[in-house]
Amino acid sequence: MSDVVLMLGDDVSTDVIYPGRYMATVLPTETPQFAFSDLGEFNAKLKAKQVPQGSFIVAGKNFGCGSSREQAVSTLKGYELVIIAKGFARIFTQNSVNLGLNIIEAPAIEAAVGDELEIQGDEVINVTRGKRFPIVPLPPARQVLIDAGGLIAYTRRRLMEKSPA
Amino acid sequence: MGKTVVEKILARAAGRPAVSAGDVVEPAVDLAMSHENGALVINQFLEIYKGTGLTPRVWDPSRIAIIFDHRVPAESPKTATNQKKVREFVAANGITKFHDIRGDLGGICHQILPENGYVRPGAVVLGTDSHTTSHGALGALAFGIGATEMASVWALGTALNVEVPATIKVVVNGKLPPMVGPKDIILRLVGQLTAEGANYRVLEFHGETIRAMSTSGRLTLCNMSVEAGATSGIVPADAETLRYLREEAGVAGTLTPVTPDRDATYVRTLEIDVSKLEPQIACPHTVDNVKPIGAVAGTKVHQVVIGSCTNGRLDDLEIAAGILRGKKVAQGVRMLVFPASGRIYTQALLQGLLADFVRAGAVVMNPGCGPCLGVHEGALGDGETALSTTNRNFKGRMGNPASDVYLCSPAVAAASALTGVITDPRTVTVGGVR
Repeated sequence: MSDVVLMLGDDVSTDVIYPGRYMATVLPTETPQFAFSDLGEFNAKLKAKQVPQGSFIVAGKNFGCGSSREQAVSTLKGYELVIIAKGFARIFTQNSVNLGLNIIEAPAIEAAVGDELEIQGDEVINVTRGKRFPIVPLPPARQVLIDAGGLIAYTRRRLMEKSPA
Repeated sequence: MGKTVVEKILARAAGRPAVSAGDVVEPAVDLAMSHENGALVINQFLEIYKGTGLTPRVWDPSRIAIIFDHRVPAESPKTATNQKKVREFVAANGITKFHDIRGDLGGICHQILPENGYVRPGAVVLGTDSHTTSHGALGALAFGIGATEMASVWALGTALNVEVPATIKVVVNGKLPPMVGPKDIILRLVGQLTAEGANYRVLEFHGETIRAMSTSGRLTLCNMSVEAGATSGIVPADAETLRYLREEAGVAGTLTPVTPDRDATYVRTLEIDVSKLEPQIACPHTVDNVKPIGAVAGTKVHQVVIGSCTNGRLDDLEIAAGILRGKKVAQGVRMLVFPASGRIYTQALLQGLLADFVRAGAVVMNPGCGPCLGVHEGALGDGETALSTTNRNFKGRMGNPASDVYLCSPAVAAASALTGVITDPRTVTVGGVR
């Protein structure tokens, strides 16, 4: 069980999650400092380690639209945030699966900052409000990558099968 | 049952007799494109090989393209070092489709690929850039992926777990009115579909307007298909595609257009009549917040930007220069022009278009992504407004979350630069004297 730490609207672009001016920074160890850097207060809390791992960001439709920049995923992964949204953009979804960022599609989600949420099977439970919201499962083709531990591990396995040592 | 273009391309690339929307395939990749983020791809590529005992080696160096465009020339030591790292990797791996920072061969990746004939009809083109959708203008399947996925492609030569997208058929008919062009069509379409309306879908373009449109205009349409969430935009290859590839891109050898079956299955068909279309403007801060120009005409602008992978081609510059020729950019307006490639820059130079811009008071910048994504140059001040022919207006896109970006066609941008407010290009005279 964790708290909602940030509420966002529809069509949150990767320019908001990780502004383009920091794109020269690529290492997953360095990208977290710029997460939501234009939302100064939230960025400061993240950097001050005031946001516990596993905290929820809840957003509207089409979260992560725009650029394919993978920094928008690694920056959130750095804090082990969990993103619940009414929907996600395609490339952001694939990048999250590839890098192991926990994203959850819950089209009917209702929450506010400070609410306690719990993921139980195929539902998000808003404990504070006593409401349950169904989760749209990832397609099986994506689940394979998560089960393998991400795309790097999965590709490594496929490479070894292809070219036995 | 009939097949769409994307179904036919993915069946061929996956070595299957036929595939349908929803099937999961592993297509062979014909071209794998990256830009400066090649530095991140290299990191992830080397990570894949860790502990395998295998020597890291790209699957086919002739099928990898790397073009520096996002921050050229480098704006910081960090970028310069990333670019250096990519250059060393390119040399060590024998990657031939590499376009460094050069006045002759350089430019924006989405212009370099078509003009060098790297993209063919029916090809599978993946790029670590969301606007890779552009290359569907040549009848290819082209879409954006992340850096780790590209590292996987470099290792295996295939894309893993690709779900065959369903297709929305977009039929565009009617003759475009004067001062209205492809940019207005795609803005109107994104506004109609919304920013997520085509998520996991391909937009397949048809109709008499598309058939009569140049490859340059088709690139504009496919470029911005991603702004409706589309996996890709595709214009089925036709006589114009072959003309462009033979005459402008110098392609020899066999070209095989892929066309949809008459009874192909579409999830939706949209019909657009453009004969009465007005200039369209995408207003802050989403690309689907589109209004006809009358709704925002008169809005003060501080910076006008013409260029980018969306509208930095020769015909775009010709339209803008025709409006500006012999006139002056309004006081208090900074006008920035950045052609999409070195080749276009040279053509515009030889035609006198760059002189038209400079004499009017515009600043002509080197080919590259320029101010579009706020990483390099042309940032906006607090409370300022830009009017731009680029493709995104998200909050902070041009480097400052306290500014506004409006998107428009080259004609609207040029007309507005003269007045300092958003101006309908149908109200200005063209063909001034040099």
